[in-house]
Amino acid sequence: MQRILVLLPILVVIVLGGFFLWGLNPERDPNAIPSALVSKQAPTFDLGPIDGVESPGLKTADLSAAGEPVVINVFASWCVPCRAEHKVLTRLTRQEGFPLYGINYKDKPEDARKWLAELGNPYGRIGSDETGRAGIEWGISGVPETFVVDASGKVVWRYVGPIATEQSQDDLRAALAAARGEAGS
Amino acid sequence: MIPELGQFALALALAVALVQSVVPMMGASRGNLVWMRSAQSTALGQLVFVALAFGALMWAFVVSDFTVRNVAENSNSLKPMLFKVAATWGSHEGSLLLWTLILTLFGAGVAVFGANIPHALRARTLSVQAWISVGFISFMLFTSNPFDRLMPPPVDGRDLNPLLQDVGLAMHPPLLYVGYVGFSIVFSFAVAALIEGRVDAAWARWVRPWTLAAWMSLTAGLALGSWWAYYELGWGGWWFWDPVENVAFMPWLLGTALLHSAIVTEKRGAFKSWTILLAILTFSLSLLGTFIVRSGLLTSVHAFAVDPERGVYILGLLGLSIGGSLTLYAVRAPAMEGGGIFAPVSREGGLLINNLLLATATGTVFFGTLYPLFLEAVTGDKISVGPPFYNASFVPIMLPLVFVMALGPFLTWKRSDLKGILQRLWVVMAIAGVATLAVWYMVTKGPVLAVLAFGLGIWLFLAVLQEWASRIKLFKVPFSESLRRARNLPRAAHGMTLAHLGLAVCIFGFVGSSAWKEDVIAFARAGTVVQVAGFDLTFEGVEEVQGPNYVAARGTLAVHRDGEFVQYLYPERRNYPVARSQTTESAIRHTLAGDLYASMAEPAADTAGDAWTLRVIYEPLVNFIWLGSFMLVLGGALSLSDRRLRVGAPRRAKTPVAAQPAE
Repeated sequence: MQRILVLLPILVVIVLGGFFLWGLNPERDPNAIPSALVSKQAPTFDLGPIDGVESPGLKTADLSAAGEPVVINVFASWCVPCRAEHKVLTRLTRQEGFPLYGINYKDKPEDARKWLAELGNPYGRIGSDETGRAGIEWGISGVPETFVVDASGKVVWRYVGPIATEQSQDDLRAALAAARGEAGS
Repeated sequence: MIPELGQFALALALAVALVQSVVPMMGASRGNLVWMRSAQSTALGQLVFVALAFGALMWAFVVSDFTVRNVAENSNSLKPMLFKVAATWGSHEGSLLLWTLILTLFGAGVAVFGANIPHALRARTLSVQAWISVGFISFMLFTSNPFDRLMPPPVDGRDLNPLLQDVGLAMHPPLLYVGYVGFSIVFSFAVAALIEGRVDAAWARWVRPWTLAAWMSLTAGLALGSWWAYYELGWGGWWFWDPVENVAFMPWLLGTALLHSAIVTEKRGAFKSWTILLAILTFSLSLLGTFIVRSGLLTSVHAFAVDPERGVYILGLLGLSIGGSLTLYAVRAPAMEGGGIFAPVSREGGLLINNLLLATATGTVFFGTLYPLFLEAVTGDKISVGPPFYNASFVPIMLPLVFVMALGPFLTWKRSDLKGILQRLWVVMAIAGVATLAVWYMVTKGPVLAVLAFGLGIWLFLAVLQEWASRIKLFKVPFSESLRRARNLPRAAHGMTLAHLGLAVCIFGFVGSSAWKEDVIAFARAGTVVQVAGFDLTFEGVEEVQGPNYVAARGTLAVHRDGEFVQYLYPERRNYPVARSQTTESAIRHTLAGDLYASMAEPAADTAGDAWTLRVIYEPLVNFIWLGSFMLVLGGALSLSDRRLRVGAPRRAKTPVAAQPAE
């Protein structure tokens, strides 16, 4: 009995070591936040346009109306990384031709207007989420965040932070391609 | 030039450690005294070379030599000198060098102060210590060299994270490491005893002072760290059950158990294999902490820059040291049993309960810390384990421990009379009961568990006092006689009393500041009044202040109580342009009854307009935590200074296997 008991510590350590080795996998990012929305229908929301901006508002039905995958970008004029991301998204939507919709999160209409006038407006539709209510529905943890919604209105991808690095751009392209492929099959 | 000398010294230290890991061990098995004694000089040599390397790195930081990558990435020419020095251990590489320095310091300590330890045991212990040195010095040289050069050098450095620029934090890692790494020598003693194949009362007596020294330092380091989090980070708390806090706390819990079980091994010759196991596991948990902090295995606020290659290397080190020692344990432990027989109600029994509860508590914290990893590996789900888990699991384990802790010192060895003890303590019990009811009456909110915990704290405090009073026969004999008895009492006894009182004091702080605190968050413009815990705080506005390497927005709060002016509080929000980061400098009104704590953040950009976000917290009794921690450390120091531990050179029992108790 005692012989087995003294083996217990080393056995526990071997099992733990296995878990640690698994945890060291460089592909694994313990800080990545999985979204509860991914592979679910997009949440219900209905946002009016920003006063004085020609882009129309955004609601749930608009997401599947395009008949192809769309990219939803949550942004705000007070968010510095959004500024960095803006150029990249503008270029990507021109090159790849996907519809880009915006949710203007907790922003004053006049600030958002000034911001879009300065940097350009790549968004097909922009919903003004002044209260942050739609942000809660989407479960965002901060701005910017970007989602890909497929033709059936299902959220297929989520990215936290600015899409500025090569890696994040590639991920976005891959998510779009996957969403298109799924709809085609 | 000097950084190269540092690197060279580090390489020499590795060479010396390699010699030390082989020669004394072989000497001990062959009975060659010269080989055994070589450990003493090599241990000192290691210390000298690692200290030279550490000095070289510190020199590079002091003169801001930005050709050294580590300096360029973690220091800045504008930084105050104290923080340039502290930046030496602010990075992964530098802190690893500090880690190794302390490792060799403890080895040299045994070489110099261990004159009463038999040659063979000392030689083996130092060899084992050198194995650890080899692992860590090679880890540094191969994967995290602190002396790497950077060409071309930048004009100015990147600056240490400003959150880390604080006196409390500058001192926190060294103290924590002395504790953390100090357990290495206890581990080495345990492994040496396993190799030698005998553990007896004398062994326990040699090990205890080292355990105590490491434990004291770890206590101080933990207290300093939580104090820093509390007053610098502006988080409004002192403990968050963050993985990195937990991995420093687990060695403390298990080290506390070890401290107590070693007493039984020393006095009664029992619990041998358990004490050895605790010694191995305590240091294993320290190693685990080093691994978790540096591998990016878990999400934490404290982690260093993460590099998978390093993680694999440390995991290898971990596997070798923990796996090797536990395998050795599995082979050798069954052979060492025996020791004193005792009744369930006895001091041995009390210390057994202490150990069981502390080990269970450690297990709970361990499980909570690593559960997210297990779950992600098995199911892929990601979760985080927070305070609710620990409040529901850890706290209920500690409460009975506190109850038994009050009784423990009254118990006698072998057999004790519980009824008699409870009779002696009925006054204390009655007072604690009444006080608990009074607290319950006064405090209407907060959980019932908090009132119970507070009551147990009172019970512990009074029972410890009564035990001490009965030892010196206070009020039973003339006062001068009591005084004489107090002088004659071993310092270890005073130390125990003080440390146990310290824990009771800590409990008051823990309960008060976590269960009864008041927290208000408000959007404040000039003239806004915030009310908390009977204080009225008027926000009078914000002004800009220039610091040495930052610009701060400083708010002014006028504090009134019952209409009378108390004082001003000046919370700051600091902006460090070089490091491009910001810190919160909270303003605190310290009193023993509780802290009034104010911190602020930028105007929220949305609906709040230009109002600053103001957070005001009243933390009752929070300073008792640090007062109690101080008492714990002081108690340990008193005990360490005991004559018995300093010069009490116990003779080893003649018969090698069946050891006699030391008494």
